[in-house]
Amino acid sequence: MNEAILTLQGKRQLTHDVYELTFSGDTSAITRPGQFVNITVQGHFLRRPISVCDWAENKLVLICRAMGSGTQTLCGSPIGTEFNVLMGLGNGYDVDKALNHKPVLVGGGVGVPPLYALAKAFLAKGVTPTVALGFGSTRELFYEDEFKALGCPVLVSTVDGSYGTKGFVTAVIEQTDCDYALCCGPIPMLKAVDSMAQIVDGQFSFEERMGCGFGACVGCTCKTKYGTKRICKDGPVLCKEEIVW
Amino acid sequence: MVDLSVTLSGVKLDNPIIPASGTFGFGQEFAQFYDLDILGSISFKGTTAEPRFGNPTPRIAEAPAGMLNAVGLQNPGIDAVIAHELPELAKIFHKPLVANIGGFSLDEYAENVRKISDCDQVGIIEVNISCPNLHCGGQNFGNTAEGAAQVTKAVRAVTKKPIYMKLTPNVTDIAEIARACEAEGADGVSLINTLLGMRLDLKTRKPILANGTGGLSGPALLPIAVRMVYQVYHAVNIPIIGMGGVSSARDAVELMLAGATAVQVGAANLRDPYACKKIIEDLPALCESLGVTKLSDLTGGAHR
Repeated sequence: MNEAILTLQGKRQLTHDVYELTFSGDTSAITRPGQFVNITVQGHFLRRPISVCDWAENKLVLICRAMGSGTQTLCGSPIGTEFNVLMGLGNGYDVDKALNHKPVLVGGGVGVPPLYALAKAFLAKGVTPTVALGFGSTRELFYEDEFKALGCPVLVSTVDGSYGTKGFVTAVIEQTDCDYALCCGPIPMLKAVDSMAQIVDGQFSFEERMGCGFGACVGCTCKTKYGTKRICKDGPVLCKEEIVW
Repeated sequence: MVDLSVTLSGVKLDNPIIPASGTFGFGQEFAQFYDLDILGSISFKGTTAEPRFGNPTPRIAEAPAGMLNAVGLQNPGIDAVIAHELPELAKIFHKPLVANIGGFSLDEYAENVRKISDCDQVGIIEVNISCPNLHCGGQNFGNTAEGAAQVTKAVRAVTKKPIYMKLTPNVTDIAEIARACEAEGADGVSLINTLLGMRLDLKTRKPILANGTGGLSGPALLPIAVRMVYQVYHAVNIPIIGMGGVSSARDAVELMLAGATAVQVGAANLRDPYACKKIIEDLPALCESLGVTKLSDLTGGAHR
């Protein structure tokens, strides 16, 4: 973890309210996919925790949904805006644990972004993961092509059936023989994936309202089978067997 | 060369800046950002007799110029704090600590204070009678002068170490409560704890915090803290640790002018993990600009 000044270099609108933001700056503190950064936004006291979509030396990609005034300010910032950012927060996914399985990366809505760097991490280990993306409708869909460009098989579900398989993301996971899920999305989605018989193990990324993002305020604590854990510091990724739903 | 040192009831601090309880854990998370020994002291996470999970999440919400928390005193319990947290903290911080102690009954306060008094690391015991996130049968000792006096008396009887009672701003007259603590032998008072607040989600029309209410902290509190420290300084003859919305050296000096001997920094640590370090580094130049060579001379300056 470190503090960095990032400069907004690029912005691409992915849906009506989801933006891909590209920054330049020191990314050396990011060590694993599934980690997040905590961004200071002008006019707001608390930072905004946002998962890392992708990173390289001196380059960070975030995908952010303009939901409240903080994320609206962030997504509306002009190119060249500088941000004070705490980098490399949280534990992230452990790819090695999944290498002896058939992994499926499962994303719901704005839970999709961290799976992109995760897919690249698998590919770097010689494993091509299946990607299962769930959205409400076709107008919310993003990053299907980006995952395909990596060479991953991509399965999409929409709740209203306007694109891909109609229903929840579990419906497309059932079409595969994957047995290990690495997930990020709303808790009902995580829970549904966890309860699938074919998913014998996995890693689940949680979100919670955070104060600091680095473990000090214990605002985001959850209960696990092995005691309390802070989503920001001991998570956001928890292993399947330790989760108390 | 500016002298930043201050003395609280015989405990000399290199400077008046102390991270406030509940915003600094037991120091570990901040040791990766800077050397903790630059701090005046550390007020560690409020500790109760039993381990506590605290309130259900969500327990953090933003506010204009601050934040609400309803953590509810999550802590591993005093025995685990003494056995594990304090020895770990001793490796990274080598000065007397401010031990923040909570409780749900007079007996629990007394027992917790008795136990923590035996720890050589502890210089000052800060007794929290003001957490807004606890519901002990509707009773909150710090909300009345009588309740505050009862706790002060109970903990005074079991320790010779300096006792600072941490006071709530959610009262009609904080000076009256400070006087009640002084009358029962408190060595000092810490103020202010958070202000009770609430935020609503417009879509669900319900409170954002699972607990409903939470404690407001952050810059919004500064003028309230200045006013209350000012009032309490008038009312008592014991030292004051001032806190509430401090996020800069100038804020700290303002609280000292109002009457604080030392200053705690709370929510600012959560937004900026370097907050205390920056404040300490900025104090000498600020003192020089004010023509002050001894920072402690500023305490109570607004009253002279």
